[in-house]
Amino acid sequence: MAESIVPIEDPSQAVVGTGVPPVIAPGYTFGSVTDKISSIVLTRKPPIGWWIGFLTAFAIVNVLMISITYLLVKGTGIWGINIPVGWGFAIVNFVWWIGIGHAGTLISAILLLLKQTWRTSINRFAEAMTLFAVSCAAIFPVIHTGRPWLAAYWLFPYPNTMGVWPQFRSPLIWDVFAVSTYATVSFLFWFVGLIPDLATLRDRSQSRVGRVMYGVLAMGWRGSARHWHRYETAYLLLAGLATPLVVSVHTVVSFDFAIAIVPGWHTTIFPPYFVAGAIYSGFAMVLTLSIPIRAIYGLEDFITMRHLQNMAKILLVTGLIVAYGYMIEAFIAWYGGNTYEAFMIWNRMTGPYAPVYWSLIFCNVIVPQALWFKRVRTHVPTLFVISLIVNVGMWLERFVIVVTSLHRDFLPSAWGMYSPTIWDWATYVGTIGLFLMLLFLFLRFLPMISIFEMRSILPEAKVDEDLRVI
Amino acid sequence: MAIRSGIYGLMAEFDDPNALVAATHRAHRQGYRRMDAYSPFPIEELHEALGGRHTRLPLVALAGGLLGCVGGYALQYWVSAIAYPLNVGGKPFHSWPAFIPVTFECTILVAALFAVLGMLGLNGLPMPYHAVFNVPRFALASRNRFFLCIEATDERFDVEGTRRFLESLSPREVTTVGE
Repeated sequence: MAESIVPIEDPSQAVVGTGVPPVIAPGYTFGSVTDKISSIVLTRKPPIGWWIGFLTAFAIVNVLMISITYLLVKGTGIWGINIPVGWGFAIVNFVWWIGIGHAGTLISAILLLLKQTWRTSINRFAEAMTLFAVSCAAIFPVIHTGRPWLAAYWLFPYPNTMGVWPQFRSPLIWDVFAVSTYATVSFLFWFVGLIPDLATLRDRSQSRVGRVMYGVLAMGWRGSARHWHRYETAYLLLAGLATPLVVSVHTVVSFDFAIAIVPGWHTTIFPPYFVAGAIYSGFAMVLTLSIPIRAIYGLEDFITMRHLQNMAKILLVTGLIVAYGYMIEAFIAWYGGNTYEAFMIWNRMTGPYAPVYWSLIFCNVIVPQALWFKRVRTHVPTLFVISLIVNVGMWLERFVIVVTSLHRDFLPSAWGMYSPTIWDWATYVGTIGLFLMLLFLFLRFLPMISIFEMRSILPEAKVDEDLRVI
Repeated sequence: MAIRSGIYGLMAEFDDPNALVAATHRAHRQGYRRMDAYSPFPIEELHEALGGRHTRLPLVALAGGLLGCVGGYALQYWVSAIAYPLNVGGKPFHSWPAFIPVTFECTILVAALFAVLGMLGLNGLPMPYHAVFNVPRFALASRNRFFLCIEATDERFDVEGTRRFLESLSPREVTTVGE
């Protein structure tokens, strides 16, 4: 692991003359890239930080198990939801997690099609993050009734003994198809990307268990040129398919709201505004995770300042789109002349949940403006803090959309307040534990950076032009 | 030539991608057809050097997409108009605009499944045993070495002659691959 560390923290030193840090620090070979990434997985002893992180996350998962068990015993009465606010933390957390899950496929698919080579060092764990975030999200629709065994025939079209079928005109059913397709395609993307690296681990593992396990998963991959050709075609096809998919998922999630007639939900800006918000929170989470990981595992040579800066720029751009969404929401509420809409936005800004609204504006609109400055984009601790603030802000946004719209609808006699109980919080925090636990297991057992793609972006991987034509 | 029992082929090992691409071109010009090149990352030129054609995989994915599209729509039509017709807000049973999102998702899902399973199927994976793994140094094919293997089933294969040819390409070494 004691490779030479090039001082890439200072971007001016990395690429002479241009001031742009490289995607990978100089001096690496096919062998050293392979050894450096695979040694993290193949070592017998993970760093002590891994154990602390894993055990903490595992403890939090137990909180999740207890909260779900108690929910199944007692029902949703343990949560703060009631009429009029029948949708509470469950939907807030669902939308938040699904949003976080957007960065992985965005990085893998859209940046691949746009030929952005810098995606290579971050796509693998961003994809893993996507899978784990979607797993956390999927928990909420399943448990939100408190009776998950009933969910099967409401959600999935299968011939059951009651002869009952799902209602395909409902956006909630579209959501089931969108999220389960997204989970499946993200898994395929991730697994296909892993196959050549699993073969590397199979060939390099010292233990018999490792050789067998990685061998079974690599499925006999041998790096044949004919296989690579089909492999690359399949990868490109998946990218092409995942690109419209990733846009569709949060669009469909926004339909859950936009198709209802509740003031504050019934608005046409929701699909693009939700998609931008999803990318925003996803990139914030990739930054939140990649900054400590690159420090703990000494991966500054692979996840360079170039990556952090580019992600900061995407954060700034999507943050501005989200800010535009907030503005248009308020503008249309006033300009549309609808009493209920106008009251809704006024109540959001000055009503009982006003502090939440203004915190959200602070987190999502004001703080990210610091990213205009290069000094901020290149200062790693500041970037880390900003990414955390954006994560919080995006959660608050979903809370504001769900709760402030429901608690004051058309008739004052139907108004009420919502406050989460300890069990709402326990379930939410529990899913964060689950997310982190899965992430720690991933870091321990699978290569967090795509080894074969890192090899292919090394200068020595270039084949001379004159060899191309026979 | 007669197929020699016990021999899968002859394998040459190279240090860098250029040497492998050049060697593959030479072998193809020499008339060898049943051969394969192995590299630790995709090299577009290698497939061309082997005389490879375009893969049918995009057609497989297209077939999957069409199947998903028609299947997804048919499922919704059958459920909503035939098996379980419900009057929801006075909308027609066959309310096609509401069926588009699920049709779209089914299209993507089945196309992606076909693309991945098609890739594995056309590549013949999973494959529990393959002769090239009998060469101990082949483990480096997933790290930093590049291999060219001319198979014994090739018409022009001849243990002595092919070995001499491979050695003329200045590889690190040439190994006999047992079956």
